[in-house]
Amino acid sequence: MADNQEITAGLAEIIEEVAGVAKDEVTSDKSFVDDLDIDSLSMVEIAVQAEDKFGVKIPDDELANLKTVSDAVNYVQANSK
Amino acid sequence: MPGLLDGKRLLITGVITNASIAYHVAQVAQEQGAQVVLTGFGRLSLVERVAKRLPEPAPVVELDVQNQEHLDSLAERVGEHVDGLDGVLHSIGFAPPSCLGAPFTEAPWSDVATAMEVSAYSFASLAVATRPLLSEGASVVGMDFDARVAWPAYNWMGVSKATLEAVNRYLARDLGAHGIRVNLVSAGPVKTMAARSIPGFEELENGWDGRAPLGWDTTDPTPVAKSVCAVLSDWLPVTTGSMIMADGGVHATGQ
Repeated sequence: MADNQEITAGLAEIIEEVAGVAKDEVTSDKSFVDDLDIDSLSMVEIAVQAEDKFGVKIPDDELANLKTVSDAVNYVQANSK
Repeated sequence: MPGLLDGKRLLITGVITNASIAYHVAQVAQEQGAQVVLTGFGRLSLVERVAKRLPEPAPVVELDVQNQEHLDSLAERVGEHVDGLDGVLHSIGFAPPSCLGAPFTEAPWSDVATAMEVSAYSFASLAVATRPLLSEGASVVGMDFDARVAWPAYNWMGVSKATLEAVNRYLARDLGAHGIRVNLVSAGPVKTMAARSIPGFEELENGWDGRAPLGWDTTDPTPVAKSVCAVLSDWLPVTTGSMIMADGGVHATGQ
């Protein structure tokens, strides 16, 4: 299983590709909406890419609970195979 | 066992995530033997990724129904994947924020016009754009939310759906001579990306399960998808200009 740092780096790559946010902006305490200015459809796209990359399922109801980068990293770590 | 849609070539619009009603229609249609081409709007990379998750990964062609060039070239671009169409699903709607959940009388015409163009006029645009590919016996289906009454929050989207219902009747009138059926499936509320963006969606879905004689699960799009596939099939051959209610029966009940 990927460690915390690898997941953060992988997520940062996806976020840069989907939302055009520079990779070094993506740090654990950042809020997707308030700090990184990511809209709901971008979040869906990020989630879909993260599912493919990390082999996790992120149901829409769970996605709504992922407010910060660390929420997402922890979710992926807890749920990836 | 032969599938309901064996050999049918379908164009399905309106997939944005795998929660989309259109995604589930595509899935059920493929399971029933159909060949599916999708259209995508805006986030093509997302739609393409989602399209790969279907039982058979489906090609995606770009379509913004407000873009005349997209409409003019649609038949040619779809024709690269299939040699004709036996069915088209219109699952497209949009209203600016002033038109949904905000005070009804304060929406400016420019916003209402956008809602009407994308959500109602585009049903006709799509029928015209795909007309060169449609074979005799083809079925054109649109997604509706019963607009014969006023709902909480739905506001100008409801007015747009009422227009869609009228567009449906006129398309049915004009395409009938070519053996093409045009119908709407009026679905109960389903929790999709689009639904989530309706402020006050809870008010719409609240009580639906209790009021529906058959009950209703807002988290399950499959019953609606099956209903759409039934209308896309050959088994409603003399039905056109209709609204098929796929709402658990709520339309038939009083309070």
